[in-house]
Amino acid sequence: MVNLKKDSLLIANKKFNSRLIVGTGKYKSMSECAKAIKLSGAEIVTVAVRRVNISNKNKPLLMDYIDPKKITYLPNTAGCFNSKEALRTLRLAREIGGWKLVKLEVLGDKKNLFPDMIETLKSTEVLAKEGFKVMVYCNDDPLMAKRLENSGADAIMPLAAPIGSGLGIQNKINIQIIRKQTKLPLIIDAGLGQASDATIAMELGCDGVLVNTAIAKAKKPFEMALAFKNAVIAGRQSYKSGRIDKILMGNPSSPSKGII
Amino acid sequence: MKKIKKIKIKINGKIKSITQDSNLSIVLKNLKIPLNKVAIELNEEIIDKKKINKIKLNKNDKIEIVHFIGGG
Repeated sequence: MVNLKKDSLLIANKKFNSRLIVGTGKYKSMSECAKAIKLSGAEIVTVAVRRVNISNKNKPLLMDYIDPKKITYLPNTAGCFNSKEALRTLRLAREIGGWKLVKLEVLGDKKNLFPDMIETLKSTEVLAKEGFKVMVYCNDDPLMAKRLENSGADAIMPLAAPIGSGLGIQNKINIQIIRKQTKLPLIIDAGLGQASDATIAMELGCDGVLVNTAIAKAKKPFEMALAFKNAVIAGRQSYKSGRIDKILMGNPSSPSKGII
Repeated sequence: MKKIKKIKIKINGKIKSITQDSNLSIVLKNLKIPLNKVAIELNEEIIDKKKINKIKLNKNDKIEIVHFIGGG
């Protein structure tokens, strides 16, 4: 029996048992979001920083549904299109409650939502110097991933495909190259569509996956949350087990000796 | 009777009229802001929440109050 308890995910010296990180956006309600997170087994959730609604003081707060003492909040910079906006957002996030572990995401195009890697790189440097532990959403480009690592990133988070597209991993080779070159946590962030996509990511050697839309917008979010949980575990186990070599022709599983 | 002077400030993009010389903590209290769940900026500078008692607001000040919401 593989002891997965000992196979924990280490990010910025913090241990996590679950390798599935989930987003908290796009759910029908906060209670639906909270239940899906519970079922997913995730210990880290991404959250956005936005203005408080000052005209409706009774609006439910995320913190009332998901306890930040039990689940690690990972503030993101979604909606930021340059370094200045991203830095402002994360400095505010830190001020809310001392969060240092953050997800940096600087977008470059409103339609495809691809990251602006120049602005991302600049921001990573500044944040690392300010003591933040930065998990960086990035392109699946091994050279850029290396530069992020050299700039002080704490986790490399390449996209599988455009955010919310559900297309699954488009460039397995690049992900494998990034895996080979980095010892930092490698987490697939964005673009997954179904549980098997998460298994593939884990089988490529990724340390974890980050999923939001595929769970939140599934017809049955709770069942999909559970499916992703199992898929990540299966993929990790499969990766650690060492797959067989691929061969072109058939190789019988039953012995040929003693055939009647 | 002394007339109470009002000044206009902006909170989260909305214009609010407050009593002159109000301090930030009173304004936040009136808005029922849960201080442990927000971060506050005054004119694009982050405010130390422990010091809001000492911050007096001036005409045209811009306050941003943010918190965490669902996001991916």
